[in-house]
Amino acid sequence: MSNSFGSAIRDTAIITQRQLRLLTRVPEVLIFSTIQPVMFVLLFRYVFGGSIDTGQPGGYVQLLMPGIFVQTVAFTLAGTASGLAEDMKKGLIDRFRSLPISQSALVVGRTLGDSLLNIVVLAVMGIAGYIVGWRPTGGWGNVALGFLFLLMFGYALSWVGVLVGLSASDARVVQNVSFIVTFPLTFLSNAFAPTTGMPRALQYFAEWNPVSTMVAACRELFGLENQFGATAGSFPSEHPLTTSIFYMILIMVIFVPLALRRYRRSG
Amino acid sequence: MKSVIADNLVKTYDKGKVRALDGLSLDVEEGTVLSVLGPNGAGKTTCVRILTTLLRPDSGSAIVGGIDVIKNPDKVREIIGLSGQYAAVDEILTGYDNLVMFGQLYHLGKKQSILRANELLERFSLTEAAKRPIKTYSGGMRRRLDLAASLIVKPKVLFLDEPTTGLDPRGRQEMWGVIEELVKGGVTLLLTTQYLEEADQLADDIVVIDTGKVIARGSSDQLKKQVGGERLEVVVDAVHVAKTLEIVSRISGVKATLDEGIRQISAPVSTGSQALFEVLRSLDEAGIHALDVGLKRPSLDDVFLSLTGHAAESKEVK
Repeated sequence: MSNSFGSAIRDTAIITQRQLRLLTRVPEVLIFSTIQPVMFVLLFRYVFGGSIDTGQPGGYVQLLMPGIFVQTVAFTLAGTASGLAEDMKKGLIDRFRSLPISQSALVVGRTLGDSLLNIVVLAVMGIAGYIVGWRPTGGWGNVALGFLFLLMFGYALSWVGVLVGLSASDARVVQNVSFIVTFPLTFLSNAFAPTTGMPRALQYFAEWNPVSTMVAACRELFGLENQFGATAGSFPSEHPLTTSIFYMILIMVIFVPLALRRYRRSG
Repeated sequence: MKSVIADNLVKTYDKGKVRALDGLSLDVEEGTVLSVLGPNGAGKTTCVRILTTLLRPDSGSAIVGGIDVIKNPDKVREIIGLSGQYAAVDEILTGYDNLVMFGQLYHLGKKQSILRANELLERFSLTEAAKRPIKTYSGGMRRRLDLAASLIVKPKVLFLDEPTTGLDPRGRQEMWGVIEELVKGGVTLLLTTQYLEEADQLADDIVVIDTGKVIARGSSDQLKKQVGGERLEVVVDAVHVAKTLEIVSRISGVKATLDEGIRQISAPVSTGSQALFEVLRSLDEAGIHALDVGLKRPSLDDVFLSLTGHAAESKEVK
């Protein structure tokens, strides 16, 4: 086929559109995927913010916001996974796979749709953060770059979600598996508290944790020094941007082929 | 010309421990309906999934519409329609949205997709429900919409995997009506079912499969003959039972049996309507007025039982 690339893009766009239409049909999804992170912003800001002394001008919220942004995009994994698991359960995946469409359209469209949702969620969180005192000082360009980074990180994890969603036997299992993976990853990091207080082994893990490097990278781009986790001058905490880019590429290189292979063989 | 040819398909699961298909071969003549009949776990769905490119067989070959399913799955997808065991449409979207989306995925273009969607909604009596989310539909409506989705581009070969499983009797009747319409329109159809009367009603040809193999093939009539002839059944008033037993036994040549509850006397016969005529005359001569007389041909249930040694719907896998 001469225009197979063009039609692959068109197919992908139709699948992405479907997902956006789902959001308009069930606005609760959008509302709850925004309420939860906003709730985290408020809880952490007012519960911990008062007792954690950061020495940071502008207070805890400056350090907190990048952490919550990263945590939120990390949960894209669960969103993608459970969405696909649902489609699988209802036989929709079979239907799509029996159509004369590009075989990657369904999963690519799904990951793109989830990224678009992230844009909305991040925007709402940013506004909420601003209201409670978050003031990034890195300059417009760097702040924008920070958000781009966040979206890319979410997109990369979305592909892990594709593999999880297509491999699981039940949509509820997917929720639990994603939660068990994502939750410790986001907490065993520099996102909410300094890693220096952790036991040595955990500290080591937290330093290399992609969530930590992402958070540190965002802090840098938002104009902060990363005071939560630069223990002993380790490579990831000294070079969070480079390490994060490396992680994202690594995740995509491993999981995109695996996920696509799983899709072609699903069932 | 054959529209579907499956040759010696083998598919195993769990590293060869479960043989879902064990050398299955079948074919469908263009413009006819083949019903693949078998109990749960016989391999029906696996067979359909292979023929519709969703699953690769371990060995064997399959050709649909002249195209090799294993070598050219993309080309096969262009000419088939599939409606599976579950209504594979998006629950949250409306019926209309679903059909337009699938139309676009078939590259019909937006305008053409909308036209086709409306046409199909009309044809399957779903126009009123078009703008409602699928989750508000009844089981029968979902299946009809699912079927509509598989007909967006008129497929050369249509596969329906247990199209009425889980429907109530009314939903089933509606679905049969829709499928019969399609058949009249000349579609080539492969239909799987575990309902014997469904195969009887819809199909030109039936293959009976069990544990991944074809165990019998033929028209409904041929299969019934394979199992044995007809039974003569006569219902009379209580006072005439003894005499009628005698008459029926004489004509059949075998001792007739009596179902006392409904006062029905029955016996196997091999001469069909000839035997029916004889029994009526004999009863008349004896001054017996029969309340009901009939020739009963064996049901596909009987066919299944005599072919497999177990009843059709009793074997559940897992």
